[in-house]
Parts: sequence; C-alpha cells; structure tokens
Amino acid sequence: MSPILIGPLTVAGLSTVLALVIAVLDKFLNNYGILKIDINGGKKSLDVKGGSALLGTLAAENIFVPSACGGRGSCGACKCKVLTDIGPHLPTELPFLSPAEMAANVHLACQVKVRQNLAIELPEELFSVKKFAASVERIRDLTYDIKEIRFALAGEKIEFSPGQYVQLVVPPYGDIRESVQRAYSMSSRPSDSKYVELLVRLVPGGIATTWTHKFLKEGDRVELVGPFGEFGVRDTPATMLCVAGGSGMAPFKSILYHMQETGDWAEKEIWYFFGARTAKDMFYLDELRALSEAWPKFHFVPALSEPKPEENWTGETGLITDVLDRYIKEKIGKTKPLEGYLCGSPGMINACINVMKKNGVTEDKIYYDKFA
Amino acid sequence: MGDAPQVGLVALFFASILTSNILLSNFLGTCSFIAISKDSKSSMGLGVAVTMVIGICSAVCWIVLNYIIKPLGIEYLSFIIFIIVIAAVVQVLEMVIDRFSPSLYMALGIFLPLITVNCAVLGVILFMQIRSYNFLQAVIFGFGSGAGWWLAIMLLASIRRKIDNNPVPAGLKGTGITMITIGFMAMAFIGFSGMIAVQ
Repeated sequence: MSPILIGPLTVAGLSTVLALVIAVLDKFLNNYGILKIDINGGKKSLDVKGGSALLGTLAAENIFVPSACGGRGSCGACKCKVLTDIGPHLPTELPFLSPAEMAANVHLACQVKVRQNLAIELPEELFSVKKFAASVERIRDLTYDIKEIRFALAGEKIEFSPGQYVQLVVPPYGDIRESVQRAYSMSSRPSDSKYVELLVRLVPGGIATTWTHKFLKEGDRVELVGPFGEFGVRDTPATMLCVAGGSGMAPFKSILYHMQETGDWAEKEIWYFFGARTAKDMFYLDELRALSEAWPKFHFVPALSEPKPEENWTGETGLITDVLDRYIKEKIGKTKPLEGYLCGSPGMINACINVMKKNGVTEDKIYYDKFA
Repeated sequence: MGDAPQVGLVALFFASILTSNILLSNFLGTCSFIAISKDSKSSMGLGVAVTMVIGICSAVCWIVLNYIIKPLGIEYLSFIIFIIVIAAVVQVLEMVIDRFSPSLYMALGIFLPLITVNCAVLGVILFMQIRSYNFLQAVIFGFGSGAGWWLAIMLLASIRRKIDNNPVPAGLKGTGITMITIGFMAMAFIGFSGMIAVQ
C-alpha cells in the first residue's frame, strides 16, 4: 500500500473504531429502560423512555413546557419543580435560579436528565398547550429584514390572550441537523382563531430566522406549539406605556386590535412608542395612525434614531428611551399611575426599565417577555 | 520500547508532581487554571477530572503510540491521533461516570468535556512520547502530572481567597495579580528542582 494512504487510512480507521465504541457504550450505558413520571401528585402519570432531557421527554408525550431557546439552557424559561431528589443543581442551571427557587427544588427541564422515576409539578395551564399543524398562508415583506408570516391552522382553533407567544418548530435544513424551536409573539387577534400571524426579523446567522426568511415558502407545512407566556394587558386603570422596537411590534398589534374589537379601548389610556433606526425600518405606520385617529385615548409615537435627510421624516427623532423619557416628563406626567409594557431586544428592554424606574414606575408594574 | 529511561516509578511520580509540575514548570493548561481557580470547589472538581483524564489518556495513547503509530511509521500524524483519542476517552469517561456515579457527574459538571481542549493533557502525552517511557512509567507519569496540576490549582485557589481580602491596585485586579502569583508559585516550585530529575 502506498505510504501516503497509510496515514489517512489509519486516522480514519481509528476514528471509526472510537466512534463505534462510543455508540455501543451509549446504547448500553444510556439505557435506563421505561421510567415513570408523575405530574402534580398523580394528576397525570407517564411511562417514558429514560436517558434524555426532561423537556424533550415531556414534549414527546405532548406536554409542552415553554422554552424560548429550544433546550439550549440559555433562556431559563422551562422551570419546573422536581419533587424527587435528583441531586444538586448543575452549573448550567445556576444563572437562572434564585436562592428561593433552588430551595424549592426548581430545575430547568432542559438540563434535567430522566434517569429514574420522577415526580414533578407543572402549572395546570400547560396541559392546554397544544402542537398545531399549520400551513403558510401568506408571507409579506414589512421592511427589508422583517417579514409578516400568516399561518393557517389545519382544522383547529387556537385560544390565547393577546400578548402570548407560540414556538415555531424549525425542521433540520442545510447544515442544521437538528430541529429547533423558537418563540415568537403572535401579532394576530384571538378572534382570528383559525390563523396565527408572526413577525420575524432576520438575524444574521440565526437558525430560525434564516430559515423563515430564506427557505419558508407559501403553502409549506409547519408545526406551532403554544400558546405560552404571561405578557398581556393587566386589568387596572393605570395608563399603559408600551415600548417596542422592530419585530417587538407583534404583541402590541395583537393587543391593540383586540382592545378595539372588544371595546376595552374606551377604558384605558395607551401610549405606544415604536422605535426604529431609519424610515426603511418602519412599518404599519398608516394602520396605527388610523387607529390612533379613531381612538382618542390611544397615542401612537413612532420615532427614528437615525433619520436620513432624504426620508423627510416628520415624527419624533432620537433613541426610543430618550423619546419615552421626554414624553413622560412633558406630556404624560407622573401624577397618574403608569404601567410599562415592553417588547424588543434585551438591550432595549433593560434601557427602558431604567428610564421607567427613574420616572417612578416600579419594577413590578413593568411587564415584558425577554427572548434570549 | 526497550530504551525506556532508568527512572524509578516512585521517583517519577513525585517528580511529575513537584519538580516538573506540568503547570508551574511547563506552563501547560494555564487558561482553565486561571479561569477556574477563582472558586476552590470548582477547582477541586476540575482537578479530579484532569487527573483522571490525563492518567487514562496516557495509558490509552501509549498503547496507540506503540502498537499503531510506531509500527506503521506515521509519527507525523501523532498529534492528530492523540487529539482524537483524548476526545473519545473524555466522551466515554463522561458516559461511564454519568451512569455509575451521578453525584460525581454533577460535581464535575461542565468541566469534563472542557478538558478535551486542555493543553496539559496533550502536553503530558507528547512528553511521554519524547521521553519514550514504558507503559508503567507512562501511566505513573500521567497520573502524577494530573495530581501535580490538581495540587497547583488547589494552591492557587487558596491563595486567591487570601488575595480577595487584601487591597490590590485596580489595574492588577483579577487576572493580573493572578499571573504574578503564578510566577511566584513557579519560582517556589523551582526550589524542588535538583531533588529528583526526570528529564
């Protein structure tokens, strides 16, 4: 045999043997047989195959614990109480758990491996979370990097409160070998229950956003899991300060049109600040301006942080946090009770929380979903 | 295999811990050394993991070296082969520990997979190759070097706990003062040299 071939062949052979050893060991060592998971003290009992993460194991049984990151351990949403003693918390869980939660045996379902019979506690409303089969009804470009995607649910209706989100199941494509799930707020109204509408902004390098922008076509079949989330209008007389940027528009579109439809808009005063960089990044302007003309208590404040002279922008300019600060001080006033509702990037949310706190809105009156 | 150096096993064990400590005389595996030594509990976990991985990898790589690489004359590929073997051994070790000792698995946590890319592991194996140790010597040298690494990180973790309670100039806080500390530790370890020689 040629000496040139011996090297590569040996490396390839050795790698194959090692990979085989690992695969065989995995088969034997990772086999925990059939295990029982008891949910909420006997309300539900499942027989599952052990060896994988609790989050995925439950999903295979059609119980969908919310997870904005899809099980990577980066969002901390999939918290659940594990009553069985499964040892100390993993280092990957620590950043997401408060001392009180740790003492109460709260774990991240994506980091808990099912290797023994488990007893867990889950919020009852999770049992109403479903997996919906859907097809893409329409894809519309709102800006150069934000698409509005409308899904038609196959024969089913979704019941949700405006502000909640669904998880879009992204199948393996191209170099991406594993299916992932990503959370998107619904921009459609609950009364439009046979459809779900999402706004997706293209994030360079993002698995799910690249897929929706480059691969998804009208007519394609997809799966949606939901509804999840606590974000939504609180039943108080306080004035709502809503702040959004980019695709953070989605929950507010749903909330605003729902309030118009149900007549709740007569009750609440709403200020909606929507920030973008240039006029190219703005969308739904006409719709929302029309809404604010018909609705005396609704004030729509779009603002550009870097308007270009040729765009002839007539609205507010500056960072959305500065505009918010100015409006609270000059137009809205701090005398009446205020509530904050935020949707956007973690950076924007943190900056807005700071501005609101400086203006006397306490943190427990600021509501948001942070998708990491 | 016949030309193994004439070093007693006990001497070799202590030499690899003290006189030629892989961290303080060869400065291998420094990144995790600096990063993890902030916390002595994690240092303990990482120390155990590194010792186990270096020990087992030395044995496996010695076999691969003497029964595959040398007979085939592909020494030029030994780096790549060693790295593949280390990665596989760490994988297997992780699965075995996960199955048979969940509490140790929890304690080691994320450190075990991280060791795959720890240069101390590859360093020890390459020393073993250069110095043409026999099998027993290789295993003893492996476990000894691991134990030396473990000793060094525990020492540094304790020193850093003391440093935390003392005023450090702002510009030197964190990694800066740690690097200086490691320098002093290395000088202290030079004091051991000459007692036993392995290289």
